[in-house]
Amino acid sequence: MKRQLPLILVFIFGVFMIFQYFVPHESSEWVFEFLLDWVYIIGIFALALGIWSLVRVSWDKIHKRKENWPYAIVTLFGLAAMIFFGFDYGRHFFSAEGLENFMFRHFFDYIMIPIQATMFSLLAFFIASAAYRAFRARSLLATLLLMAALIVMLRFNPYLGSFVAEYMEKTASWLLNVPNLAAKRGIIIGVGLGIVATALKVILGIERNYLGKD
Amino acid sequence: MNIFDRMMSLDRRWVFLLLALVCVITYAIPFPIKINVTNEVSSVFNFIDTLKENDIIFVAIDYDPNSLAEMHPMTYSIVEHAFRKKLKIIFTSLSQNGPGMADLAIRDIGDSIRVTKTYNGITYQGREVVNGIDYVFLGYKPYPALVIVGMGQNFRLPFPTDYYGTPLDDHPLMQGVQNFDQVKCVIDISGTSGVDMWITYGQGRYNFPLALGLTGVMAADYYPYLNSGQVFGILGGLLGAAQYEKMADNPGRAIDGMRVQLYAHMVIILFIILGNVGFLMSRQKKRL
Repeated sequence: MKRQLPLILVFIFGVFMIFQYFVPHESSEWVFEFLLDWVYIIGIFALALGIWSLVRVSWDKIHKRKENWPYAIVTLFGLAAMIFFGFDYGRHFFSAEGLENFMFRHFFDYIMIPIQATMFSLLAFFIASAAYRAFRARSLLATLLLMAALIVMLRFNPYLGSFVAEYMEKTASWLLNVPNLAAKRGIIIGVGLGIVATALKVILGIERNYLGKD
Repeated sequence: MNIFDRMMSLDRRWVFLLLALVCVITYAIPFPIKINVTNEVSSVFNFIDTLKENDIIFVAIDYDPNSLAEMHPMTYSIVEHAFRKKLKIIFTSLSQNGPGMADLAIRDIGDSIRVTKTYNGITYQGREVVNGIDYVFLGYKPYPALVIVGMGQNFRLPFPTDYYGTPLDDHPLMQGVQNFDQVKCVIDISGTSGVDMWITYGQGRYNFPLALGLTGVMAADYYPYLNSGQVFGILGGLLGAAQYEKMADNPGRAIDGMRVQLYAHMVIILFIILGNVGFLMSRQKKRL
């Protein structure tokens, strides 16, 4: 029963959601909205589980002095500080006043934003170095890829002169709208069919990995 | 080691140094560069430009601080354009670290709107944009697909209150506004895979006009949706934002940033050519 009940529930709700999509009746919409509420509630439990998991893993790392354990202290401190300030020093648990908390805003604006922006900006340097080392015309396909990349990068270069720029722009548009489009459409259709197949396998109980091992 | 081998195995620190120098110099010294506007950007601008006063648009600010440099200029130029046209905006942010940035951007743009300015020969008087009247910021909820589907039924379903905790029904802007049927278009400015949710669960199900603002590396992936008509416009990366700023006659961060991006790209191309010349010449030499 421990395995059969989830399979039955998945089958009933899966089949219902398929039919609901095609039935624009008021009662069908009402059930759909009701089920959406359930998903949010389940999602909130998943969030709580995620926080618990992060705390447990970090605490385990500190306790057993695993590699890079001091970073786990920073993680836990960050988590606790943002929760503390987010709830406005514990004064507002059920309203949004914490979002205006001075420390909450400053931690986000002056620590979180610059850190993430810096990390991403560094990519430009690594991409430059990687492009220099790896982008070599070793074969016909690699040469085609290289040429396509150069044309797309150069298409809006204002120093090329109007004649070259016009042809660059036309070629770049063709590359984006014909070969790129054909390949992407193929991938999108393939992925879509894969999703349908996986969903059917889950609904019909053929795919059971989500149930775990026990 | 001959010159061609040296060209192929330049220490990467030289690449970093040259790129850093180019970025700093082109940022510090302002000079104009020509920006050509593409159809996919002009269609977004024209759509917003032809809307009537008090029409409502929906702007989803779905990016994290890591793509802020590319995405923020799009948000600023589109939202300022819309506010200048006296359109109403419903904002949301379905990216985890997005709401703080979105809130900051809305306040900044609000400050800018207070100043009287002239764009494309039209003078727009400075005014106050008021929360609840000119805009509503719904905030963040996890699971973007579900939130989008929920908003398609009723905005109040996933967001009974706005980001600041005010019930949606208390906002004059939300009176009579139930779902996407009452908005003229949705503009998703996204640096995440959340954009797929907007196309699949939003546009696909509720059939609203959708435009996308994407990072440069994402843009090529979404051309199929542009050609199929599911998306009516795409702003791709900083270049897309710069094109929008040019059309709006409101040069800002994107046009500023294009100087840096253009020359950084030229440095990268230079190194690619350098590496390939070295590679081809050394291969030729080995054959001989």
